[in-house]
Amino acid sequence: MVFKLVWENVRFRPVRTLLSILLIALPVTLILTLVGLSQGFVEGSEKRTEGVGADLLFRPKGTTLMSSFNGAPLSQKFVDQLATEPHVVATTGVAYQLLSGAFDSVAGINQASFVHLSGPFTFLQGHGLEKPDDILLDRYYADQRHVRAGGRIKVLGKDWNVVGVIEGGKLAHLFVQLQVLQDLIGSPGKVTQIYLKLDDPRNTDLVKKQLSAKYEDYPIYSMKELESYYSVDNIPLLKYFTDAVLGIGVLIGFLVVLMSMYMAVLQRTREIGILKSLGASKGFVMGIILAEAFLLGLGGTIAGVALSFLTRWIMDTLMPASLPQAIVPDWWPIAGLIAVGGALLGSLYPGMLAVRQDPIEALAYE
Amino acid sequence: MSEAVPDPIIRVRGLRKVYQSGKVYVEALRGVDLDVPSGEFLSIVGPSGSGKSTLFHIIGGLTPPSAGEVTVAGRNVSTVGDSGRTELRRKYVSFVFQKFNLLPNLTARDNIRTALHIAGLPTEPFDPHFVNILNLLGISGRLNHKPSEMSGGEQQRVAIARALATKPGILLADEPTGNLDSRNSLAVLHLLRDLNQQLHQTILMITHNVEAAAFGHRTMHMSDGQIIESTTT
Repeated sequence: MVFKLVWENVRFRPVRTLLSILLIALPVTLILTLVGLSQGFVEGSEKRTEGVGADLLFRPKGTTLMSSFNGAPLSQKFVDQLATEPHVVATTGVAYQLLSGAFDSVAGINQASFVHLSGPFTFLQGHGLEKPDDILLDRYYADQRHVRAGGRIKVLGKDWNVVGVIEGGKLAHLFVQLQVLQDLIGSPGKVTQIYLKLDDPRNTDLVKKQLSAKYEDYPIYSMKELESYYSVDNIPLLKYFTDAVLGIGVLIGFLVVLMSMYMAVLQRTREIGILKSLGASKGFVMGIILAEAFLLGLGGTIAGVALSFLTRWIMDTLMPASLPQAIVPDWWPIAGLIAVGGALLGSLYPGMLAVRQDPIEALAYE
Repeated sequence: MSEAVPDPIIRVRGLRKVYQSGKVYVEALRGVDLDVPSGEFLSIVGPSGSGKSTLFHIIGGLTPPSAGEVTVAGRNVSTVGDSGRTELRRKYVSFVFQKFNLLPNLTARDNIRTALHIAGLPTEPFDPHFVNILNLLGISGRLNHKPSEMSGGEQQRVAIARALATKPGILLADEPTGNLDSRNSLAVLHLLRDLNQQLHQTILMITHNVEAAAFGHRTMHMSDGQIIESTTT
């Protein structure tokens, strides 16, 4: 009977119910979208790094895996030097420069050595880098900027000829010639990091050990290590971001439900008075309010999850390269707990108002 | 909730009620004494502000008295707290209001079931005794309708059915015909009298209408928070 009462309450005012569910869904969507963006960003970076096909990564002195992949502090001479090491069959140095907005970066590559190490690009349109003003885009970035091979694009304050559009998932979204980028960022002869390909991946630990002994201060990572580092928790900025989003989501959720349930209790003042005149206890009335809040929280969670697919579609449509949004099922129960918990907490105060309501005043309420 | 019924079923002595409205104190009841034997149909008449609704609310456990002693169905209402008054409403007293006060989102059947559920009684099937009451009230065929789908007269009859579903010792009807046309008013008054005569239901009815009051065994006149006259019909 209690469920029937609650269900009929929810059904009786469909507009209010729908609005409440949507309001509760907002923080759920906010959480799932922003966490999804963080994860999508990390997963995208991981996928592109894996896509290079290297076995080891050689980084500049004093850096860590999670320090900035921007600028070129590492001398290019290491590229040739590392190529002569035992078991190393290919090396390539890459310089990165972040674009404004800090979501994307341009990779400066030596096309010949990069292709030798990583294999050829899969061209969807056009051809490879030939002239200094040439730029290659992956299909996500090309879609995002609505540009095709043969078009022009302004990046890093310079006009480039888009000579090719390639399949994504390899190193970066944008590629230019290494030397051009080095000159552009004022780091001639320098790279951000060096990728190494070995004769056999099983030699990775051995080569890493040898190189670490020889190049003491230079961090060297295997791709396996790199994969394990690619998580939101290992990137302090993203971790703080996620935590902040979570906090804001909880706060918004709580306030939204508080407001929504407060309105719901006000609207039902007379009905609460009727229940009390029938002998309903405080616990009974509170139970109905909480059950309704639970139902709205559950509805808000489902709507919020559904809306996160919508935000992903919007991101994919508008900014497929810069803001890839992952769908994060692991976070559904967390977002659900926040929504339902917020709904229950938010309904406590209006619930207490309801149970304390004078039945005579409640019955006289218009 | 029938059990051994004490007589009188309602006993009021020296009842006072003072309301505070801002800094102003309003004395709604000023020393009311009243005995209502079990099975009586008592009409209470009086002008607005005479204290009849306040008397109802105290007898029905909706508000506590300021002073005096009120015993309802053997329970001293003046000394119990909020939970005691809630129990009184749940088990011993039922209300019928001028504005029907049905839960608008529920059907007539579910309104009745809600009262049964709150009273801790089985919600379905309705017992044969209650089915007879539904037939007497003429709403057996309207149970699956919501209040918005019913006339005022039908809604009031559903409210009466809901009030009687828990077999209360006392039925408190506060202006039960106040929102009805004359035909429906007469029908409801006849029903209340039938319920009283056939089921020996104790009924207290507030009314402004002297003709309506005549349906009771006795009419009590109130003015300025006091009983000024009691006449037997």
